[in-house]
Amino acid sequence: MLTDHNWILTVGVFLPLAGVLIMLFIPKEEESLNKAIAIITAAVTLAVGIATMAWFKYGSDSSKLQFHVDVAWIPAIKSRYIIGLDGVSMPLYILSMVITLLVMIYSWDHIPEPGNAKAFMILMLILQTGMAGTFVAQDLILFFVFFEVVLLPMYFMIGVWGGEQRQYASLKFFLYTMFGSALMLVAFLALFFQTGAQSFSLEYLYAHSSMISTNVAVWIFAGMFVGFAVKVPMFPFHTWLPDAHTQAPTQGSVILAAILLKLGTYGFIRIAIPTLPQAAVKWAPVIGVLAVIGIIYGALGCLAQTDMKRLIAFSSVAHMGFVMLGISTLTQFGINAAVYGMVAHGLITGMLFFLAGSIKNRYHTLEIAKMGGILKRIPRLGWILGMCAMASLGLPGLAGFWGEFPAILSAYSPFHNDYVHLSQPLFRTLMVIAAIGTVLAAGYLLWMFQRVAFGEASPLIAGDVDADGNDLHAGAHAGDHAGDHLVGERGHGAVPFSVGAAGNADPHAEVHDVGIFEWIAWTPLLIGIVVLGAYPDLMFKVLNGSVTKLLAPVQALTGK
Amino acid sequence: MMLAQDAAANLSSGWFLEHAWLIAVVPGIGFFLILAVGKRIRDIKVGSLTIPGGGSMFGVASMAASLVLAAGTAYQWIQRVDSAGATHGALGSFGSSITGMLRAEGEGNYITPVVKSYTWWRQGGATFTIGSHIDGLSMIILLLVAFISTLVQIYSLEYLRGDRRYTHFFAALTLFAGGMLTMVLADNMVQIILGWEIMGLCSFMLIGHWWEDAANSRAALKAFFTVRVGDVGLLVGVSIIFFSANSFATKNGFGSGFDLQGINAWAQSGTASHTAILWGAVALFIACIGKSGQFPLHTWLPDAMAGPTPVSSLLHSSTMVVAGVYLVARIYPVFHTGLSINVAGSHFNLIAIIGGITIIIAAALAFVQTDIKKVLAYSTVSQLGYMMMGLGVGAWTPAVFHIFTHAFFKCCLFLCAGSISHSGSHHSFEMKKDMGGLRKKMPITFACWMVSTAALCGVPFFSGFFSKDEIIDNAHHAGYNVFWIIGLVGAFMTTAYMTRATYLTFFGKPRGAAAGEHDDAHGDAHDPHDLDVDDAHAVQPHAVAAHGSTTDDHAHQPVMAMARTVGDVADIHGDVDASDAEEAVHADDAHHAAEHDVHHGPHESPALITVPLVILAVLAFGSGYLNAAAFSIHKFTDWVSPIGGQFFPKIGEASGELPEAAFKWVNALPSILLVLAGFAVSAAVCISIYGDTAAPLKGITKRIAPLRWGYKFLFNKYYLDVLYEKIIVHGVAYPVSAAAYWFNQNVLDGIVNGAGKWARKSGLWIYKNVDQRVVDGTVNGSGAAARGLGSALRPVQSGKVNQYGALLFSAAAVAALVLILVNT
Amino acid sequence: MLISEFLLLGAVLFCIGVYGVIVRKNAVLVLMSIELILNSVNINLLAFSLKYNDISGQTFALYIIAVAAAEVGVGLALVLLIYRNKRNISLDELSEMKG
Repeated sequence: MLTDHNWILTVGVFLPLAGVLIMLFIPKEEESLNKAIAIITAAVTLAVGIATMAWFKYGSDSSKLQFHVDVAWIPAIKSRYIIGLDGVSMPLYILSMVITLLVMIYSWDHIPEPGNAKAFMILMLILQTGMAGTFVAQDLILFFVFFEVVLLPMYFMIGVWGGEQRQYASLKFFLYTMFGSALMLVAFLALFFQTGAQSFSLEYLYAHSSMISTNVAVWIFAGMFVGFAVKVPMFPFHTWLPDAHTQAPTQGSVILAAILLKLGTYGFIRIAIPTLPQAAVKWAPVIGVLAVIGIIYGALGCLAQTDMKRLIAFSSVAHMGFVMLGISTLTQFGINAAVYGMVAHGLITGMLFFLAGSIKNRYHTLEIAKMGGILKRIPRLGWILGMCAMASLGLPGLAGFWGEFPAILSAYSPFHNDYVHLSQPLFRTLMVIAAIGTVLAAGYLLWMFQRVAFGEASPLIAGDVDADGNDLHAGAHAGDHAGDHLVGERGHGAVPFSVGAAGNADPHAEVHDVGIFEWIAWTPLLIGIVVLGAYPDLMFKVLNGSVTKLLAPVQALTGK
Repeated sequence: MMLAQDAAANLSSGWFLEHAWLIAVVPGIGFFLILAVGKRIRDIKVGSLTIPGGGSMFGVASMAASLVLAAGTAYQWIQRVDSAGATHGALGSFGSSITGMLRAEGEGNYITPVVKSYTWWRQGGATFTIGSHIDGLSMIILLLVAFISTLVQIYSLEYLRGDRRYTHFFAALTLFAGGMLTMVLADNMVQIILGWEIMGLCSFMLIGHWWEDAANSRAALKAFFTVRVGDVGLLVGVSIIFFSANSFATKNGFGSGFDLQGINAWAQSGTASHTAILWGAVALFIACIGKSGQFPLHTWLPDAMAGPTPVSSLLHSSTMVVAGVYLVARIYPVFHTGLSINVAGSHFNLIAIIGGITIIIAAALAFVQTDIKKVLAYSTVSQLGYMMMGLGVGAWTPAVFHIFTHAFFKCCLFLCAGSISHSGSHHSFEMKKDMGGLRKKMPITFACWMVSTAALCGVPFFSGFFSKDEIIDNAHHAGYNVFWIIGLVGAFMTTAYMTRATYLTFFGKPRGAAAGEHDDAHGDAHDPHDLDVDDAHAVQPHAVAAHGSTTDDHAHQPVMAMARTVGDVADIHGDVDASDAEEAVHADDAHHAAEHDVHHGPHESPALITVPLVILAVLAFGSGYLNAAAFSIHKFTDWVSPIGGQFFPKIGEASGELPEAAFKWVNALPSILLVLAGFAVSAAVCISIYGDTAAPLKGITKRIAPLRWGYKFLFNKYYLDVLYEKIIVHGVAYPVSAAAYWFNQNVLDGIVNGAGKWARKSGLWIYKNVDQRVVDGTVNGSGAAARGLGSALRPVQSGKVNQYGALLFSAAAVAALVLILVNT
Repeated sequence: MLISEFLLLGAVLFCIGVYGVIVRKNAVLVLMSIELILNSVNINLLAFSLKYNDISGQTFALYIIAVAAAEVGVGLALVLLIYRNKRNISLDELSEMKG
């Protein structure tokens, strides 16, 4: 035992449920009170997280499992309550807490239709428990339980507070993930029985992986692969993602992008690769190829989008492709890059979804063609969008680059030891294609930015808001009105707001720039993007040791 | 990793050399200061002097500070060189290098760079450092960048006065310089990527400065995107080099395979795998093609003229485009070894070929431009071709020297163009429409232009002569005869197109705005700014773009006041200048009233513009004398060239001759003659075509078919833009991505949805046939049975107490009977 | 011991009571018949108590008398209320409990 503070993880994981308990006794009409309690709970949880960070032993100890708890849980199936934190889980664990808190703060004045802040907040708190639990669980059954806990709140979040096609999207999300989970569970059980039905503890499984013959291991890995790949999501299991993201409320999209997708990649790093190294080596080329297909394919998907949110969703497919490429190299370099990429993607894409949500709030549409000149109307939001687009396309100095570049770099020299090696020509080809993916990323992001932010404020948007004031709902509806408005404007000439500008006050007064709660919610993310971009060592030095340890089984392969 | 050997080698160091990182940090701080507080600062009047607000002063100050630091660094570097006792021809022989192994060899006069290196991050066993690496090359480029940036910022104070994004402009400009300085200072490849990409970002912001106009934002996007295409090569090349050089570098104490010295040493060591180094060099060169506007990725450079003129001048002289050339020069051993430069019997290599092609095609394009900035842009592309070609033929020092001299005269030319548009042609860059005869109206600008043009053309005794002719001479000397001829042809073409541009701008009869007619008479598509308020609403914002000009400089746009008075029209096409019709609107605005007077007709620009011009013109003439081979001056070579040693190839060794050609007037004669010929021919043709008299050559390109076709071919820029934009980009952005998306929606999603539908259908079937009939049948059956029983027993519940009693007792009797029967 | 006579008396009383419960329409009479049945049971209890020399039979009988008194009280009160509401105590009229 490294420390006496091992209660802190349990507290950190389950504290949100305590908040839920309190909120159950508060009538839902007390919206502000409910919100306040939820936010306080999240804040206290984060405080616990920060204490965890403070007590975490860095340096060479960071590779060990800290705050380790191991008590009996379900003796009947030899599953134990084992939790612990090491360098790989710590950043993700903290990220989940930060994101939840920020999302809640953002929710203060952005509860989506049809309202009911209490239920919404409760779902988010449950989500938080599931996410944090997944990152600390060190027992397969416990991991699985937390992994599945996440599913239900998200299902309701999309299904109740989502967009027009929320039923379809939420069901698709749910079924897809359940499908993957089922295979994953089978794989877990197979793993359990193949290692002598002794324990679900990861520690035990790492040590006994060599008991499994390669042929069997490949099939077990296949089960896990599907389970995690759906969550990542990797091509070709990604089709739930754009729908889920597009239909989910902003908060749901942010959590989905920032944390939920990482559960899959985390599963690969924590479970699939170290427990089944012999199969991981066989599967690595497949993962690598699918990852790179994902990069190119996601980018092409982005270029085809007309909806901003859907574009960002597709960009996730591309970015997670870089993460998976790093993982598929099975090198320390690549996996370090992958974890870095996960956190960076969480910050950046989370931020992009926030922005998309806020733009939708103001303009009631996310059709790229209908927007334009955002920089003109809401300059601060526009510049933040620009910064995030730059971060997302991998500009050095911002967080995205340090996930992307080392991942590409690592593909040049994939895993090899004296007995086993991955195909160099294949991975070098993948490296070049992945590098081309960065060009496409620049293409779709900047193209989007150019169309959304630059130029004159589009007459449609201008007319839209001008004409209808504040009771606009759907894009289609807005479109009709804007059409009318344009006809009206034509009398004055082609330049739409030349007339009003002199006489009236600004006709776009209600399209306000970034609001106070948005600032509070966004600033930490923006700071994170810049700080991680400027000083990547902040995370790499925490990751390094743990990744080495997780890769030890792979290093020890003898190729038998 | 400060070199302990310095002391042993008696090399002097100094504060500036060791703190060189400050040169890049200061503009960074300036950038953040401008962003943070820039907008809140108003103009401050001190007596008659006005200190401009908007944060621009932070920009100027930080650049000036960088300049001071860079100058200190340069001074101390020169001292260091002198302390080594190294002079050209008489080389002090001492060995100094990082490892003892190399010192023992006692190589030439290699002067160790001053390297300060800090661990930035570590991962996967590799150390990524950040730091400064000062040697002759970085010293001279640092000085150059800081100097040019400072002048450009001062120039911009006037040029962009009143611009609607004045503060943003200075912030981006400062960061831009900061990015370049970061890259030049870099001691490792990752830092080079960092600076490289920061520049890309800033070029995006600066080229798209007036992003209201779609043409500008498109140009910005194109610039960023094209450079990004090249960056694929950068990422791949750095990866290749890193993994190939890493074990050598770490073994020899260089940190990692990112370390520049490590890479250079590895490339020189002879242990490098030729495949790796070849591919590494090719990949990195692709990046340089993108950044330095080499064929075939040069197309973004002329479009980048959409930015404000100071941006063009900075971009084209010392930053951004030079970055690619710098990278090649920086890790020259990789290219030298990888592409087999200067190997006996080799007459071609990738760098020289690309450079050569670029020289010719860009120069040819310059002939058909009517926009003065585009002429200069193509001229830059062409000159970058010279630099690349120089590096390709092993003429390292002349190539770097050409970076140096080119920066001054090209910056000066751009600023002259800006000055003309600012004060002479009413914000137009159209030579044919709005210029002509300006030499008398703008004498200072004209003089500066002439000096710089002479330098660019390589007229003897001007700076370009000493650098460009050296490149040409060395190509010949090293046996690259094809490129020697290309260089000569290029020199001829350069003189010819510059003569044409000069004639159109400064000679002949004033036309358009230059003649003072920028009002209603000339108010066609070109002059959207001369509107009267009532007409303003009817005008399309893109008139400028439609007209084929790069852009209009919107510098005078009076932001605040204008938006209030004329409305957003002002924002759309900028430049609501003080024309007669608007006088009423501006009557209360003193600044505009003043400008109004000034703006009647061409005149000389104010001091903030002319002073930088003059300084640059002086240097455009004089900078060549740092390395005037003709007069046996070799200061530049002494200070800058890293000769021999582990870190630099022994150029020319294969042919067993001196590294660089000794200057002979005889060798320079062909190019001098060609320059004169170019001038003469071009002048004659220009007068004939553009002059007043009815000459036979007038409209020749319209009359003779092959010429017409040629003109069209050039006018359309070899259709490269069509290929890129219409076919490749458009193809990927629309059909390909649409196909991918179709695949996603219909095939992948189709499978998923199909599976869902199938599952639902089979579920329905099971529901109907199994669930409803069998399972539910049982359930329902039991219900029905219960109901039947109930109704059967219903009569029993008569409500009659007596009946109940009877039943009770009969039941009891029956029970008693059963009991008795059972018990007996 | 005259046990069989006592049992015979009990049986006769029980049968009279049952006859009254089944045949009589008057609620009061039905109540009285129930009393007869109860008391027939009491006689049986006493008889067996004597025969087996066990006090519990008599104890039960005492309990039954007490409960019967209460029962009659409640029963008569019900009859009274029914009479107030219906002006009639014929059981034939009282079929509200018909299912």
